Amino acid sequence: MAATPLNLKVLSEKPTPLSGGHRMCAGCAEAIIVKQVLLAIDDPVVVINGTGCLEVSTTIFPYTAWRVPWIHVAFENTAAVAAGVEAAYRALIRRGGFPADRRVVFVAFAGDGGTYDIGLQALSGALERGHKFLYVCLDNEGYMNTGIQRSSATPRGAWTTTTPVGAAMPGKLQWRKDLTGIIAAHRIPYVAQAAPTHWKDLMSKVRKAIAMDGPAFLNVLADCNRGWRHDPALTLEVTRMAIETCYWPLFEVEDGVWRLNYRPRRKLSIVEYLKLQGRFAHLLRPEHQDLVAEIQAEVDRRWEELLRRCGEPV
Amino acid sequence: MGRWVALEGTEAVAYAMKQVAPDVVAAYPITPQTGIVQAFAQFVADGEVHTEFLQAESEHSALSACVGAAAAGARAMTATSAQGLALMWEILYIAASMRLPIVMPVVNRALSAPINIHCDHSDSMGARDSGWIQIYSENAQEAYDNTLQAVRIAEHPQVRLPVMVMMDGFITSHAVERLWIEDDDAVRAFVGTYQPACTLLNLERPLTFGALDFYDYYFEHKRHQVEAMRRAKEAILEVAEDFARRFGRRYALFETYRLEDADVAVVVLSSTAGTARVAVDNLRRLGWRVGLLKPRVYRPFPDFELIHALRHVRAIGVMDRAIAFGAMENGGPLWLEVLAAAHRHDLRIPIANYVFGLGGRDITPSEIEGIFTDLMQIAERGTVTRPVTYVGVRGEMPLPTPAEWSLWIPEATMAGD
Repeated sequence: MAATPLNLKVLSEKPTPLSGGHRMCAGCAEAIIVKQVLLAIDDPVVVINGTGCLEVSTTIFPYTAWRVPWIHVAFENTAAVAAGVEAAYRALIRRGGFPADRRVVFVAFAGDGGTYDIGLQALSGALERGHKFLYVCLDNEGYMNTGIQRSSATPRGAWTTTTPVGAAMPGKLQWRKDLTGIIAAHRIPYVAQAAPTHWKDLMSKVRKAIAMDGPAFLNVLADCNRGWRHDPALTLEVTRMAIETCYWPLFEVEDGVWRLNYRPRRKLSIVEYLKLQGRFAHLLRPEHQDLVAEIQAEVDRRWEELLRRCGEPV
Repeated sequence: MGRWVALEGTEAVAYAMKQVAPDVVAAYPITPQTGIVQAFAQFVADGEVHTEFLQAESEHSALSACVGAAAAGARAMTATSAQGLALMWEILYIAASMRLPIVMPVVNRALSAPINIHCDHSDSMGARDSGWIQIYSENAQEAYDNTLQAVRIAEHPQVRLPVMVMMDGFITSHAVERLWIEDDDAVRAFVGTYQPACTLLNLERPLTFGALDFYDYYFEHKRHQVEAMRRAKEAILEVAEDFARRFGRRYALFETYRLEDADVAVVVLSSTAGTARVAVDNLRRLGWRVGLLKPRVYRPFPDFELIHALRHVRAIGVMDRAIAFGAMENGGPLWLEVLAAAHRHDLRIPIANYVFGLGGRDITPSEIEGIFTDLMQIAERGTVTRPVTYVGVRGEMPLPTPAEWSLWIPEATMAGD
């Protein structure tokens, strides 16, 4: 069977595994990303979902928005549950309890809290063991489900309810964790960073990921307008600016080879990204000029490091 | 036909697991359970069992993987001890609430701190209200038999709950015992094939597992769980009956020893029941009418049956290998349960508690004879003056000896003296 072509007309006619009527916020990037990920997959899919916005908003008993098999167990163990499901699939095929020619794709979704922080151990273990599944981190840079607290994915200078802005504190003090780099260091077959604005890039990455014989990881920037403090209509604008400023580069690491997938024609100042979001509003005040300069320097440093890794001219 | 073998407790359980041949085993090493995962891994490596064996990076992940596997329609098992069980805590409740028939041998070990690797029951007693069925084993034979039966109990259509099978750390897990193992085919016929009610891998009928449940449904789901636990008692007996029919070894909710005409009785779990039997025999030789009750099933707690079996005695001593800190008199969980059951079923006799063996401290026949002596005095007085005795601890008032009992009641002379 030929893969569904990645064009909008065809995709718009494909039934979505996540139905409408769920209770995600207006303008939530997660719902968009989940649809993009699942529409890219033609084989049957089983979804493993960590605790978080996506889980609570789509499965309020007795309703479910999922048209595919779906399981949620807890917060920090998404990858471990996925490992168990995948092991069961292989075991059942072996004992004739499941048709051997029936390919099933296992997709795990979890937020940055469930991935960068509390679920990192379970993820690392599952990747090392080599279970064949795709893990998608919906990175909205904070604990948004509990009401906007900092995670290790929250960027320096951002306001959250546990890194509030006050006379003594300018928001979060620490740099965000380079999770994609950490996952790449596991030397799994496929690791990539993506964003819903570049949907074709994202969907192609999903296809590459599930074709691998082993674990694959996708880190997707998932704008949260409630937490990032902006108009819900601006989700994709803000995401686009994260990419144009090189704050969130699109790249992939395939069998250890780093490749840049998108290079802005003209790299924009990080201020263009910061100024769109209420969580950074305080940074634009004169007293935080130095901090903005530091943030710009760090974005530049990480970008150039990535260019070098990808063999791109710096 | 089966055969006699000499195996350590952990090896006996690993052998049972090999014969059950679960689809998925996800586990993590921890003393004194490690022997189970090691032996099982060897069976996998030797091609003697075709199980997806997954050594997780933690017990939390091991049980999480079992939950995923069981939801996907696989027969899943894990095994642990102490800190590992404590780390699983969150997922214990989830496995039970999702009604997944996971079987988990637990090799009882004291919980930290102070860190200690030896036996007590603080680990599994801490999980007593997590919704798992709990079965305690006295020796390697029972651990083997209970592991086989646990699979049937867990998967029983009227139950569908996870089961823990306990054995005492080191005392049972690391001692070589002679036990009878059944043929692979006979075990396979006994355990049958897992028939899940619904599975994640049913692609034709996509289901949502682990949905968010608020005040409008959560309580009903918990109520259903109660029913499953209530029905488990009958299922446990039904499975035991079939086990006895096939293999000749008979199991019940508990076992009694010389209890029928006893004046006083001790209630104790697991390997210590073996020691207590020696004490019972020693005192019976002196003409004392003492007996023993060893609970096998702790969850669901067989309150009615247990009290019925003890109705004729004049005093009960409950031996606990764990402390329920801050509970009544800082006694042990088994004592609290027996007290509550006695009250519930109108048994008005003195019931004293003897906490023993924490962190693997030895308990000797003579100490248990001391407990029986104390119970004789309690029966004579008709009341408990010291509700909880910590047996064999420095600085504690020692228990009376049988010799002292004959001084206390002069006509109760020592036989042979």
